[in-house]
Amino acid sequence: MTRADMTVPAGHPIDPDGRTVLSAPEISRCLRRIAHEILEHNKGATDLVLLGIPSRGVELASRLAAMIAEVEECGPIPVGDLDITMHRDDLRRQPTRAPMRTVIPAGGIDGKVVVLVDDVLYSGRTIRAALDALADLGRPRAVRLAVLVDRGHRELPIRADHVGKNLPTSHQEKVQVRLAGFDGGEDIVRIASGATVLGDPA
Amino acid sequence: MSDLLITGATLHVTRAAGDAGEPRPGETADVLIRDGRIAEIGRIADAPDGVTCLAADGLALLPGFVDLHTHLREPGREDAETIASGSAAAAAGGFTAILAMANTSPATDTAEAAELLLDRGRTVGLADVQPVGAVTKGLAGEELAELGLMARSRARVRFFSDDGRCVQDARVMRRALEYLKPFGGVISQHAQDANLAGASACCHEGEISGRLGLPGWPAVAESAIVARDVQLARHTGSRVHVAHVSTAESVEVIRWAKNHGIAVTAEVTPHHLALGTELVRGYDPVFKVNPPLRPREDQEALREALADGTIDAVATDHAPHARHDKEHAFEAAAFGMLGLETAFAVVHDLMVRSGQMTMSDLVRRMSIDPARIAGLTEHGRSIAVGNPANLVVIDPERAVTVDAAVSNSLSRNNPWHGMSFTGAVHATILRGRITALDGKVHDQ
Amino acid sequence: MTKHLLSSADLTRTDVEAILATAASMHDVQRREVKKLPTLRGRTIINFFFEDSTRTRSSFEIAGKWMSADTINLSAKGSSTSKGESLRDSVQTINAMAVDALVIRHNQSGACQQVAGWVDASVINAGDGTHEHPTQALLDAYTLRSRVGQLDGRHVAIVGDLTHSRVFRSNVITLASLGARVTVVAPPTLMPAGMRDWADRDGFATSWDLDEVLDDDTPDAVMMLRVQHERMSGGYFPTAREYTVGYGLTRPRLARLLDRKPEAVVMHPGPMNRGLEISADAAESGASIILDQVSGGLAVRMAVLYHLLAGEETAA
Repeated sequence: MTRADMTVPAGHPIDPDGRTVLSAPEISRCLRRIAHEILEHNKGATDLVLLGIPSRGVELASRLAAMIAEVEECGPIPVGDLDITMHRDDLRRQPTRAPMRTVIPAGGIDGKVVVLVDDVLYSGRTIRAALDALADLGRPRAVRLAVLVDRGHRELPIRADHVGKNLPTSHQEKVQVRLAGFDGGEDIVRIASGATVLGDPA
Repeated sequence: MSDLLITGATLHVTRAAGDAGEPRPGETADVLIRDGRIAEIGRIADAPDGVTCLAADGLALLPGFVDLHTHLREPGREDAETIASGSAAAAAGGFTAILAMANTSPATDTAEAAELLLDRGRTVGLADVQPVGAVTKGLAGEELAELGLMARSRARVRFFSDDGRCVQDARVMRRALEYLKPFGGVISQHAQDANLAGASACCHEGEISGRLGLPGWPAVAESAIVARDVQLARHTGSRVHVAHVSTAESVEVIRWAKNHGIAVTAEVTPHHLALGTELVRGYDPVFKVNPPLRPREDQEALREALADGTIDAVATDHAPHARHDKEHAFEAAAFGMLGLETAFAVVHDLMVRSGQMTMSDLVRRMSIDPARIAGLTEHGRSIAVGNPANLVVIDPERAVTVDAAVSNSLSRNNPWHGMSFTGAVHATILRGRITALDGKVHDQ
Repeated sequence: MTKHLLSSADLTRTDVEAILATAASMHDVQRREVKKLPTLRGRTIINFFFEDSTRTRSSFEIAGKWMSADTINLSAKGSSTSKGESLRDSVQTINAMAVDALVIRHNQSGACQQVAGWVDASVINAGDGTHEHPTQALLDAYTLRSRVGQLDGRHVAIVGDLTHSRVFRSNVITLASLGARVTVVAPPTLMPAGMRDWADRDGFATSWDLDEVLDDDTPDAVMMLRVQHERMSGGYFPTAREYTVGYGLTRPRLARLLDRKPEAVVMHPGPMNRGLEISADAAESGASIILDQVSGGLAVRMAVLYHLLAGEETAA
């Protein structure tokens, strides 16, 4: 999730320049494939907990959980939100935002297989903060990462286990994700050309 | 040398009792001073040999200002001010005489203490320092101080005050008023009923004190004492003087008393004329003073009263304080502001330039009447041949922006910092000798 | 967001909402096993208390520590600093050590505002004389909102010694900024000077009659202020029992309040004089959220520290 994306509120108009890299049906297919991958790697749904990173990771986690439950024909998969605002390493460089709620499902995370879900993986700092936040909440058996888009340019040794689409980008480009639930309208992922990226990459 | 020739000055004169043969007001003339007295007034073509010349073209020559209310802090708090530094500030402000309040440490409640002040002031020689005698021993408000001995001393004390404190007990005030009658003394009362405005009261009691959570100092705490004192003055046939009047209510009482022939006089400070209670909003202790700054309605009443003579004099209540006594939370900070060096500029700008008073009125309020109230015969005299040369040359057009860092006082608690006024003191002359010129004080 | 928190008026409605939202998250953190957040790691906060207060000080201390800041407690005597040393001297020594924040409680009004002019650190007012107590007003708003929901249009009555209450002065500002309607109730001798003009200007109501307010304009929340026993010896009112009869939240008054508004709540900043301004029944009733006020204080203070210190440097 880029800095620029974080500051853009839901429903913000898409930059008309640039190109679409994932349409709504493609996004759906990516999520379905990721759901299968998660189940395959975990050998089933046991002990799975999905935690979405606000803002758009939350909706993705929720959809993934629903897909997993459908495919595996099991009960609801525990889903929650993991807000990482208080664990960021770049707080001093921006105005303070009120953190969003962290909601851990009733069964907790101790001994579970936690799958972190986010829309865009970029520098890796958001995920580092998420791992720190998770450490304060308990001790999962394993932590995995599922993202819709991996745009490269990692600044930390972080990798995603499940990727919807690999998207090589330059720093100047902006990756814009819009989701039906959070933003209204159709799901879409676009790259805006030429605009400067604001602040540090996520 | 006490010989001086002043050339080209505009003379503002008003008739003072006992002076005859004055030139007409507004006239421009040269004034020759010999041995500390005015020797000649008119067109003086050449300066006599060895006589200093002071050019005063476009400037006005007035009788030197007299301050009925100054705190010199010596003895006891020489870190805040000394007789020397206070006299220098006075000279810079155009004052030729200052009355030094008695709340020093020890207090001026004996003849010896009064003479010490007098002698020290003379040695410094920058202004005539007239000691004020305490009314009660140690300013405790209980037993009369040696009023008679102070009156008979070389200091010839006539003006008595427990300022800082109010003579709270009506019986003590009555006895003091009666006791002073044989030597024509007068008591200057710091009017503050301690039961209505106690020691922690520090902000005019009103909306601002309520919002700011500061202990209030209600107007009635002042006017109730003023009312009592004018009645006591009437009853005893004595003179009473009201120090630093700050409220419209007190003005009403004084006006009533004067209309009834009671011997009351009153003074007001430049800060109570010009500065209002809303300045306290920032909790800056530079605006903390006793009595406190008041709302606009009171300021307007004070200005009217000064203009119409209900208030007889401007007095500075110059109250220097060391930094560490001011840099506290508002309630704990010391009360008082500097005033000697800025008094003329403020009063001239606020009252004369605005048209509320004439220059002649200013001369009465800042020189003639304070001298009369204090019984200082050498000061506040009109510019006439034979009169003592205690004078001030002022520039009515010069604009002055106050810089708190620049002062002859040892202290810096100056509320006027950054403000601009039109009217400045150009030179001060004490018995023919220049004590201050163009901002610089001239030691002897 | 403002650099200093000296008065409740330093916060806009948006600021207050952000702090309350963060406080909710902080409340969650308090319930976890690992209560620490790394957010203010590397920051130094000095709690400089010139006036004793175990509760507020430990609240700020824990708040700082749970945010991983280095928190140090200093105490100093109130107005009697040693000879030759002014308040400015006391704080400038600290300032020279380049700390990030000074949390100050002082027994004189305006002390925090003055200190803010003398130091580079952020200054947080933990209570200055009878002037303000901004974090108290925030925790009162947080606790009240958690119980009754949005405060727009709600009626809050503040009852007690207004003249000497910094809780009242801060609350009247914060409640108004959140859209609540405020009525203050006190005997004439305990209403500050200039109350009429002040109330008109700031849009709150005043009354000498608690029963009239409870019966004719029943509030959604009643905030009882502590009455100090010194006020009786100071001649502000004759006796404790007369005060209670006129202005105390007695059992009958509580019953009438709840009869008219069953969802009404009772608040008190503490410490309470049970039996004087508030009956034990009222303090322990289901309508009381007094204990919640205490636990909310920690979350709110963590939120205040976060919003003032975590982000980029804002202009003073």
